[in-house]
Amino acid sequence: MLRVELRKRRGSFTIEAAFEAPLPAVVALFGPSGCGKTTLVEILAGLLAPDAGRIELDGEVLCDTARGISVPAESRRVGYVFQDARLFPHLDVRDNLTFGLKRHRHVPVRIPFDEVVDLLGLEALLTRRPGTLSGGERQRVALGRALLSQPRLLLLDEPLASLDAARREEILPYLERLRDRWQVPMVHVSHQFEEVLRLATHVVALDAGRVLTSGPLVRAALDPALGRLVGAAAVGAVLETTVAGIDATTGLCRLPLGDNELRLLANGLAPGTRVRLQMLARDVIVATRPPEGLSVRNVLRGHIAAISAESADSDLVSIDIGGALILARITRAATQALALAAGQPVWALVKAVSLRGRAC
Amino acid sequence: MEWQALTLSLAVATRSVLFSLPLAVAVAWLLTRGRFAGRALLDAFVHLPLVLPPVAVGYLLLVLFGSRGLVGGWLDEQFGLRLVFTRSGAALATAVMSFPLMVRAIRVSLEHVDAGLEAAARTLGAGPLDAFLSVTLPLLLPGVLAGLVTAFAASLGEFGAVITFVSNIPGETRTLPLALYTALQTPGGDAVAARLAALSFALGFTGLLAAELLARRFRARLGR
Repeated sequence: MLRVELRKRRGSFTIEAAFEAPLPAVVALFGPSGCGKTTLVEILAGLLAPDAGRIELDGEVLCDTARGISVPAESRRVGYVFQDARLFPHLDVRDNLTFGLKRHRHVPVRIPFDEVVDLLGLEALLTRRPGTLSGGERQRVALGRALLSQPRLLLLDEPLASLDAARREEILPYLERLRDRWQVPMVHVSHQFEEVLRLATHVVALDAGRVLTSGPLVRAALDPALGRLVGAAAVGAVLETTVAGIDATTGLCRLPLGDNELRLLANGLAPGTRVRLQMLARDVIVATRPPEGLSVRNVLRGHIAAISAESADSDLVSIDIGGALILARITRAATQALALAAGQPVWALVKAVSLRGRAC
Repeated sequence: MEWQALTLSLAVATRSVLFSLPLAVAVAWLLTRGRFAGRALLDAFVHLPLVLPPVAVGYLLLVLFGSRGLVGGWLDEQFGLRLVFTRSGAALATAVMSFPLMVRAIRVSLEHVDAGLEAAARTLGAGPLDAFLSVTLPLLLPGVLAGLVTAFAASLGEFGAVITFVSNIPGETRTLPLALYTALQTPGGDAVAARLAALSFALGFTGLLAAELLARRFRARLGR
């Protein structure tokens, strides 16, 4: 378990954050620039002291101002990948990588050198100096260096922020791979919701130093507070399910969802693969009768769990599909015309092509 | 006479810089990274020898380190160490005079070393001293060497503070500039004076050149 509860004054605003997540989780600290994310991870790393607070990792207290406990940064075994990599310019890549490893001789090596070099594709870079590396290469080395210090928690402070879209796409799979390979608990700072969807199991949404919502991604995605942060276009349920099979005739893959089944383009997904997908609220149509003669491939039967006003003229309808919740954005006019109300049975319509599943 | 003055100067300057180096690194670090009240005061104090007349510095040293001085008396009593009229005293006087130059050079380098690197080292398991020694110091090394060379060259040439504090004793405190001054005061000493002046020039020039080359290497090392 990672438990955090702290307060820190920074100039004109105060960061006041409390959240917890079971381990090994990938916790996304998500929020706009300047909301206090970096300050928060610096406190987790022990580089900055909170004014008041308590941090507990895996049962060990790293910091407790009330009891005067503060484990120094070098003894926390909390790895940190900085936004600007911070490789040591006087050491080559190999010596950078082993810097932390050498200082943790007393702990069992769970993450071995050769595997890190292999997984991050660093073999060809080992004798190079940081000054000669590209931005993406630098972040990969920084990632490897932090991993090799055998951390119990890995802090990623927007490691992709300084990279362009193509480079970001190049690094993201590495992050996914190391998450799956060693199950290192991570706290990933990001202001890109796309990255959160790819990596996180838990979300802590921050704005102006406050936690707006926190919890498992699937649940937090339904929270209107997160919706305001990501913007209307990105609001939607996050669903996690397993591929049941591929339809031989249509080529669509079938995913159980509650007591219904979802169909979407297979895109290389094989039966048995665990899949995460986002169903955007704007892509979901609500019908009060089972529709006929439509091209839409997904007609999900359920009932309205709740209706909440999203803006002056639109509502978010959350629909319970046999236990799984999805969101639909409809106009207030539609809500009124169809006389929608909580508890009412409805059919949710989603085009197969507007869904994209990703193995997780 | 030239040979004696030269070796004595080199010995005094060597002792002077070796003595002041650790202190200069510490002071440079305090002035760059330290956050404490009185930093401006320390800064001014360290740079004082640059603006004071060297004779005044020599006089202050006499007051403090003379055999009846505040510190000098104690040193004599405890360790039998006499500074007045001795080679060690000459080294102390040149150390005080060249100290600001050394601090300056190290400080300029330190300002170019990203403090975030030490933070990175800490998260990787290095304690504060380890982080300084394994990250900051290697990056600082060319700057330290440049400071060392500049201070060494300046030490060779220190006149006022030396002659005031430890006088002008052949073989003990008569360094190059003092020997040069003495030669000029001696009838028929022109040729000796010229040779000594040429020697001083060559030493100083070599020192500054070396410092510049080291500074260049430093910049190349950081890839800038």
